[in-house]
Amino acid sequence: MQDEPTPIELTKAVADFLRNDIAPLISGHQAFKLRVAINILDLVTRQLTREEGSDANEVERLRALLGEDGSVMELNRALAERIAKGEIDLATPGLAEHLWATTMDKLAVDQPNYASYKRELERGG
Amino acid sequence: MIEAELSRSVARWCSGASGVTGAAKLSGGASQETWRFDIVHPDGPIGAILRRSPKGYGAAPTRAAGLAAEAQLMQLAYEGGVPSPRVMHVLVPEDDLGTGFIMQRVEGETIARKILRDDEYATARPLLARQIGGILAALHRLPRNRLPELRSRGATQEIAEFERDYRSLNWPKPVFELALRWLRDHDPGPAAETTLVHGDFRNGNLIIGADGVRAVLDWELAHLGDPMEDLGWVCVNSWRFGEIDKPVGGFGTRQELFAGYEAAGRKVDPARVKFWEVMGTLRWGIMCGGMMQRFREGPDHSMERAMIGRRASETEIDLLRLLVPRGS
Repeated sequence: MQDEPTPIELTKAVADFLRNDIAPLISGHQAFKLRVAINILDLVTRQLTREEGSDANEVERLRALLGEDGSVMELNRALAERIAKGEIDLATPGLAEHLWATTMDKLAVDQPNYASYKRELERGG
Repeated sequence: MIEAELSRSVARWCSGASGVTGAAKLSGGASQETWRFDIVHPDGPIGAILRRSPKGYGAAPTRAAGLAAEAQLMQLAYEGGVPSPRVMHVLVPEDDLGTGFIMQRVEGETIARKILRDDEYATARPLLARQIGGILAALHRLPRNRLPELRSRGATQEIAEFERDYRSLNWPKPVFELALRWLRDHDPGPAAETTLVHGDFRNGNLIIGADGVRAVLDWELAHLGDPMEDLGWVCVNSWRFGEIDKPVGGFGTRQELFAGYEAAGRKVDPARVKFWEVMGTLRWGIMCGGMMQRFREGPDHSMERAMIGRRASETEIDLLRLLVPRGS
Protein backbone atom coordinates (compact mmCIF):
# COMPACT_ATOMS: atom_id res chain seq x y z
CA MET A 1 0.00 0.00 0.00
CA GLN A 2 1.34 3.42 -0.97
CA ASP A 3 1.50 6.33 1.42
CA GLU A 4 -0.49 9.56 1.54
CA PRO A 5 -1.36 12.05 0.12
CA THR A 6 -3.44 10.14 -2.42
CA PRO A 7 -3.12 10.69 -6.17
CA ILE A 8 -6.40 12.62 -6.06
CA GLU A 9 -5.03 15.01 -3.44
CA LEU A 10 -1.71 15.44 -5.25
CA THR A 11 -3.29 16.10 -8.65
CA LYS A 12 -5.73 18.56 -7.16
CA ALA A 13 -2.90 20.43 -5.44
CA VAL A 14 -1.09 20.87 -8.78
CA ALA A 15 -4.28 21.98 -10.55
CA ASP A 16 -5.04 24.53 -7.84
CA PHE A 17 -1.48 25.90 -7.94
CA LEU A 18 -1.64 26.38 -11.73
CA ARG A 19 -5.12 27.89 -11.55
CA ASN A 20 -4.54 30.28 -8.66
CA ASP A 21 -0.85 31.21 -8.88
CA ILE A 22 0.27 30.74 -12.48
CA ALA A 23 -2.78 31.46 -14.67
CA PRO A 24 -2.97 35.16 -13.63
CA LEU A 25 0.63 35.66 -14.81
CA ILE A 26 0.17 34.28 -18.33
CA SER A 27 -1.61 35.60 -21.43
CA GLY A 28 -2.26 34.76 -25.08
CA HIS A 29 -1.77 31.32 -26.56
CA GLN A 30 0.19 30.07 -23.54
CA ALA A 31 -2.77 31.02 -21.32
CA PHE A 32 -5.03 28.98 -23.56
CA LYS A 33 -2.66 26.01 -23.32
CA LEU A 34 -2.52 26.40 -19.55
CA ARG A 35 -6.32 26.30 -19.34
CA VAL A 36 -6.27 23.04 -21.32
CA ALA A 37 -3.65 21.66 -18.93
CA ILE A 38 -5.75 22.60 -15.88
CA ASN A 39 -8.81 21.03 -17.51
CA ILE A 40 -6.85 17.82 -17.96
CA LEU A 41 -5.81 17.73 -14.31
CA ASP A 42 -9.41 18.40 -13.24
CA LEU A 43 -10.57 15.54 -15.47
CA VAL A 44 -7.98 13.21 -13.96
CA THR A 45 -9.11 14.20 -10.46
CA ARG A 46 -12.75 13.49 -11.36
CA GLN A 47 -11.82 10.12 -12.85
CA LEU A 48 -9.70 9.09 -9.86
CA THR A 49 -12.57 10.08 -7.57
CA ARG A 50 -15.38 8.33 -9.42
CA GLU A 51 -13.95 5.50 -11.52
CA GLU A 52 -13.85 2.75 -8.92
CA GLY A 53 -17.49 3.14 -8.00
CA SER A 54 -18.81 3.64 -11.53
CA ASP A 55 -16.81 0.70 -12.92
CA ALA A 56 -18.14 -1.59 -10.17
CA ASN A 57 -21.73 -0.59 -10.99
CA GLU A 58 -21.06 -0.98 -14.69
CA VAL A 59 -19.63 -4.48 -14.24
CA GLU A 60 -22.63 -5.47 -12.13
CA ARG A 61 -25.07 -4.30 -14.84
CA LEU A 62 -23.03 -5.97 -17.59
CA ARG A 63 -22.95 -9.30 -15.73
CA ALA A 64 -26.73 -9.23 -15.42
CA LEU A 65 -27.17 -8.21 -19.06
CA LEU A 66 -24.72 -10.72 -20.54
CA GLY A 67 -24.91 -13.57 -18.05
CA GLU A 68 -21.13 -13.81 -17.95
CA ASP A 69 -18.21 -12.50 -15.90
CA GLY A 70 -15.04 -10.59 -16.74
CA SER A 71 -13.21 -7.28 -16.42
CA VAL A 72 -15.00 -4.06 -17.34
CA MET A 73 -13.09 -4.02 -20.66
CA GLU A 74 -13.86 -7.68 -21.46
CA LEU A 75 -17.52 -7.22 -20.68
CA ASN A 76 -17.74 -4.06 -22.79
CA ARG A 77 -16.13 -5.92 -25.66
CA ALA A 78 -18.65 -8.72 -25.26
CA LEU A 79 -21.58 -6.29 -25.21
CA ALA A 80 -20.27 -4.44 -28.26
CA GLU A 81 -19.97 -7.73 -30.19
CA ARG A 82 -23.44 -8.88 -29.22
CA ILE A 83 -25.02 -5.57 -30.26
CA ALA A 84 -23.11 -5.77 -33.56
CA LYS A 85 -24.43 -9.29 -34.17
CA GLY A 86 -27.97 -8.23 -33.30
CA GLU A 87 -28.16 -10.64 -30.34
CA ILE A 88 -28.83 -7.75 -27.97
CA ASP A 89 -30.87 -4.72 -28.95
CA LEU A 90 -33.13 -2.09 -27.44
CA ALA A 91 -35.83 -4.72 -26.92
CA THR A 92 -33.46 -6.48 -24.48
CA PRO A 93 -34.55 -5.60 -20.93
CA GLY A 94 -31.95 -3.44 -19.22
CA LEU A 95 -29.91 -2.40 -22.26
CA ALA A 96 -31.25 1.16 -22.55
CA GLU A 97 -30.92 1.73 -18.79
CA HIS A 98 -27.39 0.34 -18.83
CA LEU A 99 -26.23 2.52 -21.73
CA TRP A 100 -27.76 5.61 -20.17
CA ALA A 101 -26.20 4.96 -16.75
CA THR A 102 -22.78 4.21 -18.27
CA THR A 103 -22.86 7.27 -20.52
CA MET A 104 -23.90 9.57 -17.67
CA ASP A 105 -20.96 8.24 -15.62
CA LYS A 106 -18.59 9.00 -18.53
CA LEU A 107 -19.88 12.55 -18.98
CA ALA A 108 -19.55 13.18 -15.23
CA VAL A 109 -15.80 12.69 -15.75
CA ASP A 110 -15.24 13.92 -19.32
CA GLN A 111 -17.52 16.97 -19.75
CA PRO A 112 -19.73 17.75 -16.76
CA ASN A 113 -20.59 21.11 -18.35
CA TYR A 114 -21.85 19.64 -21.62
CA ALA A 115 -25.37 20.99 -22.14
CA SER A 116 -26.97 17.64 -23.06
CA TYR A 117 -25.54 16.11 -19.87
CA LYS A 118 -26.79 18.94 -17.68
CA ARG A 119 -30.24 18.60 -19.24
CA GLU A 120 -30.33 14.86 -18.56
CA LEU A 121 -29.12 15.38 -14.98
CA GLU A 122 -32.09 17.71 -14.42
CA ARG A 123 -34.36 14.92 -15.68
CA GLY A 124 -33.20 12.76 -12.80
CA GLY A 125 -29.60 11.62 -13.26
CA MET B 1 9.60 35.36 -45.77
CA ILE B 2 6.23 34.65 -47.37
CA GLU B 3 5.61 38.36 -48.10
CA ALA B 4 8.33 38.36 -50.75
CA GLU B 5 6.74 35.49 -52.68
CA LEU B 6 3.26 36.97 -52.24
CA SER B 7 4.46 40.38 -53.50
CA ARG B 8 5.95 38.82 -56.64
CA SER B 9 2.75 36.80 -57.14
CA VAL B 10 0.23 39.66 -56.81
CA ALA B 11 2.32 41.85 -59.15
CA ARG B 12 1.66 39.28 -61.90
CA TRP B 13 -2.16 39.05 -61.66
CA CYS B 14 -3.46 42.06 -59.70
CA SER B 15 -3.16 45.14 -61.87
CA GLY B 16 -1.75 48.12 -59.95
CA ALA B 17 -0.63 46.03 -56.96
CA SER B 18 2.77 47.06 -55.65
CA GLY B 19 3.26 44.52 -52.86
CA VAL B 20 1.69 42.99 -49.77
CA THR B 21 1.72 43.80 -46.06
CA GLY B 22 0.60 42.25 -42.80
CA ALA B 23 0.98 38.57 -43.71
CA ALA B 24 -0.03 36.43 -40.72
CA LYS B 25 -0.72 32.74 -40.41
CA LEU B 26 -4.28 32.11 -39.20
CA SER B 27 -4.17 28.34 -38.96
CA GLY B 28 -2.02 25.57 -40.16
CA GLY B 29 -1.41 21.88 -39.85
CA ALA B 30 1.45 20.04 -41.48
CA SER B 31 -0.20 19.89 -44.89
CA GLN B 32 -2.44 22.95 -45.12
CA GLU B 33 -2.12 26.58 -44.08
CA THR B 34 -4.31 29.68 -44.11
CA TRP B 35 -2.71 33.15 -44.21
CA ARG B 36 -4.21 36.63 -44.18
CA PHE B 37 -2.53 39.60 -45.88
CA ASP B 38 -3.29 42.92 -47.56
CA ILE B 39 -2.49 43.72 -51.16
CA VAL B 40 -1.01 47.24 -51.46
CA HIS B 41 -2.98 48.99 -54.17
CA PRO B 42 -3.36 52.66 -55.27
CA ASP B 43 -7.16 52.39 -54.66
CA GLY B 44 -6.57 51.27 -51.08
CA PRO B 45 -5.55 47.95 -49.47
CA ILE B 46 -7.29 44.77 -50.66
CA GLY B 47 -7.87 42.20 -47.93
CA ALA B 48 -6.87 38.71 -49.05
CA ILE B 49 -6.56 35.13 -47.80
CA LEU B 50 -4.09 32.48 -48.96
CA ARG B 51 -5.01 28.80 -48.62
CA ARG B 52 -2.15 26.53 -49.53
CA SER B 53 -0.30 23.30 -49.11
CA PRO B 54 3.35 24.30 -48.69
CA LYS B 55 5.87 22.95 -51.15
CA GLY B 56 6.38 19.22 -50.69
CA TYR B 57 2.84 18.64 -49.39
CA GLY B 58 0.98 17.95 -52.62
CA ALA B 59 -1.06 14.92 -51.67
CA ALA B 60 -4.44 15.51 -50.09
CA PRO B 61 -5.85 13.17 -47.44
CA THR B 62 -8.24 10.60 -48.91
CA ARG B 63 -11.49 12.31 -47.94
CA ALA B 64 -10.40 15.79 -48.99
CA ALA B 65 -11.35 17.22 -52.36
CA GLY B 66 -8.01 19.05 -52.72
CA LEU B 67 -7.28 22.77 -52.90
CA ALA B 68 -7.72 23.03 -56.66
CA ALA B 69 -11.23 21.59 -56.38
CA GLU B 70 -11.94 23.86 -53.41
CA ALA B 71 -11.01 26.94 -55.44
CA GLN B 72 -13.22 25.84 -58.30
CA LEU B 73 -16.15 25.15 -55.96
CA MET B 74 -15.85 28.52 -54.22
CA GLN B 75 -15.79 30.32 -57.54
CA LEU B 76 -18.81 28.33 -58.74
CA ALA B 77 -20.61 29.04 -55.45
CA TYR B 78 -19.86 32.75 -55.80
CA GLU B 79 -21.34 32.75 -59.30
CA GLY B 80 -24.32 30.63 -58.17
CA GLY B 81 -25.43 33.08 -55.48
CA VAL B 82 -24.02 31.16 -52.49
CA PRO B 83 -22.31 33.67 -50.14
CA SER B 84 -18.68 32.97 -50.90
CA PRO B 85 -15.39 34.83 -51.20
CA ARG B 86 -14.29 35.60 -54.75
CA VAL B 87 -11.30 33.51 -55.79
CA MET B 88 -8.68 35.95 -57.08
CA HIS B 89 -5.87 33.61 -58.12
CA VAL B 90 -5.08 29.91 -58.28
CA LEU B 91 -1.40 29.34 -57.46
CA VAL B 92 0.92 28.38 -60.31
CA PRO B 93 4.49 27.00 -60.02
CA GLU B 94 6.01 30.47 -60.75
CA ASP B 95 4.42 31.75 -57.52
CA ASP B 96 6.77 29.49 -55.55
CA LEU B 97 4.11 29.26 -52.82
CA GLY B 98 3.12 25.59 -53.11
CA THR B 99 -0.37 24.64 -54.29
CA GLY B 100 -3.57 26.45 -53.39
CA PHE B 101 -5.33 29.71 -54.08
CA ILE B 102 -5.79 33.33 -53.02
CA MET B 103 -9.24 34.71 -52.28
CA GLN B 104 -10.86 37.92 -51.23
CA ARG B 105 -11.04 38.34 -47.45
CA VAL B 106 -14.60 38.54 -46.12
CA GLU B 107 -14.91 40.41 -42.82
CA GLY B 108 -17.05 38.86 -40.10
CA GLU B 109 -17.03 36.26 -37.35
CA THR B 110 -16.49 32.50 -37.58
CA ILE B 111 -16.18 31.65 -33.87
CA ALA B 112 -19.45 29.88 -33.11
CA ARG B 113 -19.69 30.84 -29.46
CA LYS B 114 -19.28 34.54 -30.26
CA ILE B 115 -21.93 34.36 -32.98
CA LEU B 116 -24.30 32.72 -30.49
CA ARG B 117 -23.62 35.10 -27.58
CA ASP B 118 -22.44 38.54 -28.78
CA ASP B 119 -24.91 41.44 -29.08
CA GLU B 120 -23.54 42.31 -32.49
CA TYR B 121 -25.28 39.27 -34.00
CA ALA B 122 -28.52 39.51 -31.98
CA THR B 123 -30.61 40.70 -34.94
CA ALA B 124 -29.04 38.21 -37.35
CA ARG B 125 -29.42 35.12 -35.11
CA PRO B 126 -33.20 34.55 -35.44
CA LEU B 127 -32.91 34.80 -39.24
CA LEU B 128 -30.00 32.40 -39.70
CA ALA B 129 -31.79 29.01 -39.67
CA ARG B 130 -34.07 30.03 -42.52
CA GLN B 131 -31.28 31.79 -44.39
CA ILE B 132 -29.11 28.67 -44.13
CA GLY B 133 -31.97 26.70 -45.72
CA GLY B 134 -31.93 29.04 -48.71
CA ILE B 135 -28.14 28.90 -49.01
CA LEU B 136 -28.11 25.09 -48.94
CA ALA B 137 -30.79 25.02 -51.64
CA ALA B 138 -28.62 27.25 -53.85
CA LEU B 139 -25.57 25.11 -53.10
CA HIS B 140 -27.40 21.90 -54.02
CA ARG B 141 -28.50 23.46 -57.26
CA LEU B 142 -24.98 24.25 -58.52
CA PRO B 143 -24.64 22.72 -62.00
CA ARG B 144 -23.28 19.17 -61.92
CA ASN B 145 -21.55 19.55 -65.28
CA ARG B 146 -19.36 22.40 -64.01
CA LEU B 147 -18.19 20.72 -60.81
CA PRO B 148 -14.61 19.51 -60.41
CA GLU B 149 -14.01 15.80 -60.05
CA LEU B 150 -15.29 14.75 -56.62
CA ARG B 151 -15.68 11.48 -54.76
CA SER B 152 -19.21 10.13 -54.68
CA ARG B 153 -20.61 8.86 -51.37
CA GLY B 154 -24.01 7.47 -50.50
CA ALA B 155 -25.44 6.41 -47.16
CA THR B 156 -24.52 2.73 -47.49
CA GLN B 157 -20.86 3.45 -48.27
CA GLU B 158 -20.62 5.97 -45.45
CA ILE B 159 -21.95 3.48 -42.90
CA ALA B 160 -19.35 0.92 -44.03
CA GLU B 161 -16.55 3.50 -43.91
CA PHE B 162 -17.43 4.72 -40.42
CA GLU B 163 -17.74 1.15 -39.19
CA ARG B 164 -14.23 0.45 -40.47
CA ASP B 165 -12.88 3.64 -38.86
CA TYR B 166 -14.56 2.77 -35.57
CA ARG B 167 -13.27 -0.83 -35.57
CA SER B 168 -9.73 0.37 -36.29
CA LEU B 169 -9.82 2.30 -32.99
CA ASN B 170 -10.14 -1.07 -31.20
CA TRP B 171 -11.92 0.42 -28.18
CA PRO B 172 -15.36 -1.05 -27.50
CA LYS B 173 -18.18 1.49 -27.47
CA PRO B 174 -21.58 -0.18 -27.12
CA VAL B 175 -23.36 3.12 -27.92
CA PHE B 176 -21.50 3.40 -31.24
CA GLU B 177 -22.42 -0.24 -32.01
CA LEU B 178 -26.04 0.60 -31.34
CA ALA B 179 -25.82 3.63 -33.64
CA LEU B 180 -24.22 1.54 -36.40
CA ARG B 181 -27.09 -0.98 -36.10
CA TRP B 182 -29.64 1.80 -36.23
CA LEU B 183 -27.98 3.31 -39.30
CA ARG B 184 -27.93 -0.04 -41.13
CA ASP B 185 -31.58 -0.63 -40.21
CA HIS B 186 -32.56 2.87 -41.40
CA ASP B 187 -30.29 3.13 -44.44
CA PRO B 188 -32.44 5.13 -46.88
CA GLY B 189 -30.49 3.85 -49.90
CA PRO B 190 -29.47 6.01 -52.83
CA ALA B 191 -30.89 9.53 -52.89
CA ALA B 192 -33.60 10.37 -55.41
CA GLU B 193 -31.24 13.04 -56.71
CA THR B 194 -27.46 13.19 -56.36
CA THR B 195 -26.09 16.71 -55.90
CA LEU B 196 -23.02 18.54 -54.70
CA VAL B 197 -22.77 18.11 -50.91
CA HIS B 198 -20.65 20.63 -48.99
CA GLY B 199 -19.77 17.99 -46.38
CA ASP B 200 -18.87 20.32 -43.50
CA PHE B 201 -21.59 22.99 -43.56
CA ARG B 202 -22.00 24.03 -39.90
CA ASN B 203 -21.73 26.80 -37.37
CA GLY B 204 -17.97 27.43 -37.23
CA ASN B 205 -17.45 27.18 -40.98
CA LEU B 206 -19.59 30.22 -41.82
CA ILE B 207 -18.56 33.87 -41.77
CA ILE B 208 -21.39 35.73 -40.07
CA GLY B 209 -21.97 39.47 -39.90
CA ALA B 210 -24.71 41.60 -38.37
CA ASP B 211 -26.58 41.06 -41.65
CA GLY B 212 -26.37 37.25 -41.63
CA VAL B 213 -24.25 34.70 -43.51
CA ARG B 214 -21.50 36.39 -45.53
CA ALA B 215 -19.50 33.37 -46.67
CA VAL B 216 -19.48 29.59 -46.65
CA LEU B 217 -15.98 28.23 -45.93
CA ASP B 218 -14.09 24.94 -45.72
CA TRP B 219 -15.13 23.08 -48.84
CA GLU B 220 -12.47 20.41 -48.43
CA LEU B 221 -14.98 17.64 -47.66
CA ALA B 222 -17.21 18.45 -50.65
CA HIS B 223 -18.46 15.41 -52.56
CA LEU B 224 -21.39 14.13 -54.59
CA GLY B 225 -24.18 12.55 -52.60
CA ASP B 226 -27.51 12.98 -50.85
CA PRO B 227 -28.29 16.70 -50.40
CA MET B 228 -30.08 15.86 -47.12
CA GLU B 229 -26.64 15.08 -45.65
CA ASP B 230 -25.88 18.81 -45.36
CA LEU B 231 -29.23 19.48 -43.64
CA GLY B 232 -28.56 16.70 -41.13
CA TRP B 233 -24.94 17.74 -40.42
CA VAL B 234 -25.84 21.36 -39.68
CA CYS B 235 -28.23 20.03 -36.97
CA VAL B 236 -25.68 17.80 -35.17
CA ASN B 237 -25.71 18.79 -31.49
CA SER B 238 -21.93 19.30 -31.39
CA TRP B 239 -22.44 22.39 -33.62
CA ARG B 240 -25.10 23.96 -31.38
CA PHE B 241 -22.46 24.97 -28.85
CA GLY B 242 -24.74 24.67 -25.84
CA GLU B 243 -27.92 26.04 -27.47
CA ILE B 244 -29.32 22.52 -27.56
CA ASP B 245 -32.94 23.50 -28.15
CA LYS B 246 -32.06 25.23 -31.43
CA PRO B 247 -31.00 22.36 -33.68
CA VAL B 248 -29.77 24.45 -36.61
CA GLY B 249 -26.34 25.49 -35.40
CA GLY B 250 -27.83 26.90 -32.18
CA PHE B 251 -29.66 29.50 -34.30
CA GLY B 252 -33.15 28.13 -34.85
CA THR B 253 -35.53 25.30 -35.61
CA ARG B 254 -35.60 22.55 -38.22
CA GLN B 255 -38.93 24.00 -39.39
CA GLU B 256 -37.21 27.30 -40.22
CA LEU B 257 -34.36 25.50 -42.00
CA PHE B 258 -36.79 23.37 -44.02
CA ALA B 259 -38.99 26.40 -44.84
CA GLY B 260 -35.97 28.31 -46.18
CA TYR B 261 -34.91 25.31 -48.24
CA GLU B 262 -38.37 24.74 -49.70
CA ALA B 263 -39.00 28.45 -50.33
CA ALA B 264 -35.96 28.27 -52.60
CA GLY B 265 -37.68 25.56 -54.60
CA ARG B 266 -36.17 22.34 -53.28
CA LYS B 267 -37.81 19.52 -51.33
CA VAL B 268 -36.87 18.29 -47.85
CA ASP B 269 -37.06 14.63 -46.77
CA PRO B 270 -37.17 14.90 -42.94
CA ALA B 271 -36.56 11.15 -42.40
CA ARG B 272 -33.35 11.36 -44.44
CA VAL B 273 -32.32 14.51 -42.55
CA LYS B 274 -32.73 12.61 -39.25
CA PHE B 275 -30.72 9.69 -40.65
CA TRP B 276 -27.85 12.05 -41.55
CA GLU B 277 -28.03 13.78 -38.17
CA VAL B 278 -27.50 10.41 -36.45
CA MET B 279 -24.75 9.59 -38.96
CA GLY B 280 -23.14 12.99 -38.39
CA THR B 281 -23.19 12.60 -34.61
CA LEU B 282 -21.48 9.22 -34.91
CA ARG B 283 -19.07 10.68 -37.48
CA TRP B 284 -17.89 13.37 -35.06
CA GLY B 285 -17.60 10.80 -32.28
CA ILE B 286 -15.39 8.57 -34.42
CA MET B 287 -13.33 11.59 -35.47
CA CYS B 288 -12.73 12.33 -31.77
CA GLY B 289 -11.45 8.77 -31.43
CA GLY B 290 -9.21 9.30 -34.45
CA MET B 291 -7.69 12.41 -32.86
CA MET B 292 -6.95 10.37 -29.76
CA GLN B 293 -5.22 7.76 -31.89
CA ARG B 294 -3.06 10.38 -33.60
CA PHE B 295 -2.21 11.83 -30.20
CA ARG B 296 -1.08 8.42 -29.01
CA GLU B 297 0.80 7.28 -32.10
CA GLY B 298 1.64 10.35 -34.13
CA PRO B 299 3.82 13.40 -33.97
CA ASP B 300 1.07 15.65 -32.57
CA HIS B 301 1.42 14.91 -28.87
CA SER B 302 -0.55 18.01 -27.89
CA MET B 303 -2.85 18.31 -24.88
CA GLU B 304 -5.63 19.70 -27.09
CA ARG B 305 -5.63 16.63 -29.27
CA ALA B 306 -5.59 14.38 -26.22
CA MET B 307 -8.62 16.16 -24.78
CA ILE B 308 -10.61 15.85 -28.01
CA GLY B 309 -10.45 12.09 -27.42
CA ARG B 310 -12.42 12.70 -24.24
CA ARG B 311 -15.17 14.41 -26.24
CA ALA B 312 -16.35 11.18 -27.89
CA SER B 313 -18.65 10.66 -24.89
CA GLU B 314 -20.48 13.88 -25.82
CA THR B 315 -21.58 12.20 -29.03
CA GLU B 316 -22.58 9.09 -27.08
CA ILE B 317 -25.04 11.04 -24.95
CA ASP B 318 -26.31 12.82 -28.07
CA LEU B 319 -26.78 9.48 -29.86
CA LEU B 320 -28.74 8.17 -26.87
CA ARG B 321 -30.87 11.33 -26.89
CA LEU B 322 -31.61 10.71 -30.59
CA LEU B 323 -32.12 6.94 -30.50
CA VAL B 324 -33.27 6.11 -26.94
CA PRO B 325 -34.75 9.32 -25.51
CA ARG B 326 -35.58 8.86 -21.84
CA GLY B 327 -39.18 9.00 -20.77
CA SER B 328 -40.18 7.59 -24.16
